[in-house]
Amino acid sequence: MTRKVAVVGVGVSKFGNRTDVSLPELAWEAVKEAFDDARLGPEDVQGFVVGNMGGWSSEALPAVVVGEYCGLVPKSGIRVEAACATGSAAVRTAYHMIASGEADIVMAIGVEKMNESPTPTVVEFIGRAGNYFWEFENFGLTFPGYYALYATAYMQRYGATEEDLCKVAVKNHYYGSLNPKAQFQRAITVEECLNSRYIAWPLKLYDSSPITDGAAAVILASEEAARKITDTPVWIKAIGYANGTANLSKRPDFVGLEAAQVAAKMAYKKAGIDPENPVKHFDVAEVHDCFTIAEIMAYEDLGFAKRGEGYKLIREGQTYIGGVIPVNLDGGLKAKGHPIGATGVSMVAELTKQLRQQAERGRQATIKNGMALAHNVGGTGHYAFVTILGLSP
Amino acid sequence: MEHESVPLYWRNIPAYYRLVARRCKRCGEVYFPPVLKCPRCGSNELEDVELPQEGELVEFTVLRSVPTDFLKQKPVILGLVKLGPAKVLGQIVDAAPEKLKEGQRVEVAFRRVVVDGKYGLVMYGYKFRPRP
Repeated sequence: MTRKVAVVGVGVSKFGNRTDVSLPELAWEAVKEAFDDARLGPEDVQGFVVGNMGGWSSEALPAVVVGEYCGLVPKSGIRVEAACATGSAAVRTAYHMIASGEADIVMAIGVEKMNESPTPTVVEFIGRAGNYFWEFENFGLTFPGYYALYATAYMQRYGATEEDLCKVAVKNHYYGSLNPKAQFQRAITVEECLNSRYIAWPLKLYDSSPITDGAAAVILASEEAARKITDTPVWIKAIGYANGTANLSKRPDFVGLEAAQVAAKMAYKKAGIDPENPVKHFDVAEVHDCFTIAEIMAYEDLGFAKRGEGYKLIREGQTYIGGVIPVNLDGGLKAKGHPIGATGVSMVAELTKQLRQQAERGRQATIKNGMALAHNVGGTGHYAFVTILGLSP
Repeated sequence: MEHESVPLYWRNIPAYYRLVARRCKRCGEVYFPPVLKCPRCGSNELEDVELPQEGELVEFTVLRSVPTDFLKQKPVILGLVKLGPAKVLGQIVDAAPEKLKEGQRVEVAFRRVVVDGKYGLVMYGYKFRPRP
């Protein structure tokens, strides 16, 4: 019998080009905010998990330097990796530590400093996130290239256009403009997006999430501990997870991510969500929009729209506040930024704020069902995590 | 970024030069890249099977932003090609991006992949080009 787990404190650093701070200093910005939010200190935490992809940044042992700087040592901390879903892997690991009865209060910290390397190096490094030898070394396939293959297949099969893709970017930039922590705080137009240069046809610069430095932290607690810490715990009702093949050549089709579909199914089953009509349960969702096509596929993989109809949700504005399901009200990866290891943790932090109705003016969803969903993908569906949060346990 | 070449012994993998896949003798599944054990049925009994030299372009993309080793080849066209029983990812060469179409016939071409400037190593491998 596993125990119930709640989020009792959240913190997010300013996202962007953060060459002004070191990796542990950046982590501390989020950790400090999470401690203040929960009115706890480092002495209250029994263990911690650090999500950090690394490679582009110089620290080889991020859990050690971050743990020490944040005053968590000698408590045990480890680093976990699940590509762009690394943050969700950190949350999941912390969740299991509490659910199993091993610990009562655990912190999940996501931190990434991508700007420590020049852009071509970062592009190259992310390009390796698949089957290195068979899909990178020989050909020079880049990460936008992976998603571009999905975009061409999707557009060809269902009739979505480059304009539809740009509408995702426009929405996420709009909400990013209302989020003081976002990397891009400027709204854009469909024309600006359509006129931006191609990175990997048909994906353009404005279809793509940026290279970002940032950190996020969440404090998780057992039911007994959570009740003592806060009057407004946000419960982790379920986490679904799955992996996919490293080889794109082994994918059956290019219009959805199987790992995300499996993860959603698992999470819906655990949380008692109707998989035929999940939107009726949720007030708000965070989905993995590393590229605009990824957000549209997420609508379908999560069952928000039928296969082949996801682009209609954005075309009709149904994922804005007031639509059937508001998505990425913090700007998403697209505008808030995508510091790989921090992204999944920041999704949980954002949804906790949304459920507590503490988001900034103009980007607070209407909370009536008291449930929210985070969808975090690593690679091109190499990893997937779907986390469901709720106001009742 | 400086080219961090994989160990040279990787270059001795035959499938890097000839498109040799592996077929499971028990369940018949074909794998490229080749495997030593069938991930589907677990059998260790597999045999080499040469893929056809001609196939169909399933999907493609045109990379305008490429890794440093590929700057001279810009723009790079990357395609997923159905070669008989297997799908293979590779560069499409000798083609104008605007004239390419999904479903088009392509054939295997043996081409230079990367030149390692530091050590002067020239590496070759398979690519694809449109059928005339």
